[in-house]
Amino acid sequence: MENIQLSSLILAVCISALAGIVGSFALMKRMSLAGDVISHFALPGIGIALLLNANPLLGAAISLAIGVLVIWKIEKNSALATDAVIGVAFTASVALGVLLTPSEDLLETLFGSFPSHYGAYFWIALGATLIIGLIIYSLRNKLVISIFSPELAQSAGVKVSKINLIYFLIFGATILLGLQFLGTILVGALLIAPAAASRQLTSNLGSSLFLSSVFGVLSVITGYLVSTRFGLAFGPTVVAASALIFFITLFKKA
Amino acid sequence: METILEVKSLNVDFGEDRIISDLSFTLEKGESLAIIGPNGSGKTVLLRALLGIIPHTGEIVWSKDAKTAYVPQKIDMDRKIPLNVMNLLQSKAQILGIKKGEVDSLIHRLNIPERLLTTSVGHLSSGQMQRALVAFALLGGPNVILFDEPTASMDMAREEQTYELIHRLQDEFDVTPIVVSHDLNFVSRYSTKVLCLNHKGLCYGEPREVLTKEMIEKLYHSPQRFYHHIHESEHQH
Repeated sequence: MENIQLSSLILAVCISALAGIVGSFALMKRMSLAGDVISHFALPGIGIALLLNANPLLGAAISLAIGVLVIWKIEKNSALATDAVIGVAFTASVALGVLLTPSEDLLETLFGSFPSHYGAYFWIALGATLIIGLIIYSLRNKLVISIFSPELAQSAGVKVSKINLIYFLIFGATILLGLQFLGTILVGALLIAPAAASRQLTSNLGSSLFLSSVFGVLSVITGYLVSTRFGLAFGPTVVAASALIFFITLFKKA
Repeated sequence: METILEVKSLNVDFGEDRIISDLSFTLEKGESLAIIGPNGSGKTVLLRALLGIIPHTGEIVWSKDAKTAYVPQKIDMDRKIPLNVMNLLQSKAQILGIKKGEVDSLIHRLNIPERLLTTSVGHLSSGQMQRALVAFALLGGPNVILFDEPTASMDMAREEQTYELIHRLQDEFDVTPIVVSHDLNFVSRYSTKVLCLNHKGLCYGEPREVLTKEMIEKLYHSPQRFYHHIHESEHQH
């Protein structure tokens, strides 16, 4: 195995472990669809960055941050027609992204790839994964109670709106980390599929988070082995593996 | 007697609608308050205002040592949420820095069976959910617990158990209950004070004194059923 391949695999494994945990909370918040939408917000940012010869991840980060704030605001203000706004924002960002992204970069932007070189990005991404993991660990109790009942959380002194904002930012950052490997179309699956599989098997919070993380890692490793063995694209193979795990758990329901 | 709660000229607005208008009352320590009124009269809104989780004008003054907790009527959640009762209690305990021993002793005092602790919160019956929510509320040692229609959609046997539980909290845990209820039987048996609410405060005082036939007619516009309730409960005493 070459060095660059190994680095990619290590990074993808760490990110998938984090995505399993972040995605579990997303499923509990009933925002699996909103989550998919958020990942597509990255597309116009990447397109604009590529046009300007800037770092596409920077463009993705900015447009993801805007997307996250919009979704947070929508969730906070229930007077808005959430479905309609999300639906329009989703299709608009895909359309805009595809129009803006140069065609030679489009496939990679949509479906991801293993990078050909890393530099400092490897360490930055690894560090960010660790920090986000620590943040979500320290917030887990407040997050759980806010999800269970926002008014009960508020009555216990939890600042629900602030917790939600931090969670959405974590969600956006996790998507940003996964974009490189899975692209805007597929990255949502790494957050949702392992979480959906784990909740079929347990009703205990700790076990569910752990299993979701394990399923994420398992998807990445299976995806890597299968894609290198048969010369397939990495991103779609990982997502297919995660979907397969989910369908298996449907038959092994606790 | 020492005052635990003083509400002065309270107003709560949702947009253009005034849900609670110019409400004032005072509650002493050791009392038990029931809030009654027809559907949509602002009872739940009042509880939320008292908890400080919705904006309001006017004054809500809790005594310095008052520690409130809340038992909502129902929880709107994903029934498949991977969360059991113990997870829920531990989450609050960890936020408040309560040791595991204290959580265990509370569970013991409330006679919560092990089986219930490992049950997913999405699979609880309404009675089980209520016990879990009461345990959740009691973590942190509150001296006031606000209940929102604790017996809604319960049969009579369960209603009775719920009233006993609230009564026990008052006796054994030194909790002042503030209970939204539709059940005038409960109100006259267990409450020392009753607040009649229909956006405005229509009556406030001891149930026997203020729940006259005229007042109930004014509050509900259907006197018979409720008036009988009170008479029946008076006979029981």
